[in-house]
Amino acid sequence: MEKEKTTIVLFSGDLDKAIAAFIIANGAAAYDHDVTIFFTFWGLNTLRKDEHVDVKKGWLEKAFGWMMPRGAKKLGLSKLNMLGIGPPMIKHVMKKHNALSLPQLIELAREQGVKLVACTMTMDLLGLKEDELVDGLTYAGVSAYLGDATDAKVNLFI
Amino acid sequence: MKIDVLVDAKGLSCPMPLVKAKKAIDAMLVGQLMELHSTDKGALTDFQAWVNKSNNEIVKVDTISGIYTFVIRKG
Repeated sequence: MEKEKTTIVLFSGDLDKAIAAFIIANGAAAYDHDVTIFFTFWGLNTLRKDEHVDVKKGWLEKAFGWMMPRGAKKLGLSKLNMLGIGPPMIKHVMKKHNALSLPQLIELAREQGVKLVACTMTMDLLGLKEDELVDGLTYAGVSAYLGDATDAKVNLFI
Repeated sequence: MKIDVLVDAKGLSCPMPLVKAKKAIDAMLVGQLMELHSTDKGALTDFQAWVNKSNNEIVKVDTISGIYTFVIRKG
């Protein structure tokens, strides 16, 4: 039997939305779906490495790099971010409720074989290089997304 | 009823009970029974939905003082 498919576009770079995307992705993997998450625009920041990576960039690209969150641990909330005090608060509450953190959800998704695809066009726009993103990603564009999404009954844009 | 695999997901939040159940059932043989414990308030609806979309079957459900117990047969 051909496996069902789920595709998620993670456009947003907000912590809460990224958590929702990864919970759904992990759930779909537990439903035995082939799951793909496409990271585009601000969603790409979820995949950035924590540390500074030395890569050749123009000044505008560098500025984007400084202004955007460096990795899953640095994302802000879409609501109640309160200049950065919101995220530690929600992380505390999540721990209390035994919910997985975003880095743990990403790890679990990889373990379950969720395919992580970085959009190369928006990587160029935001000045993000492959070396700055975590390992094990697929690099592709809209055609790869549509190829997967056409067969998927669950398609989400977050 | 002979239980082959026991999965304790008590205290875990969504989506962990589901993920643990899926991992356990993947390692089982067809016909074997899994007993699963969860304290997640959505567990009744969640596991019913999951089982409906698979070949697996819920043999027994119990709710005792906030702990949901499912016996699921692998199909």
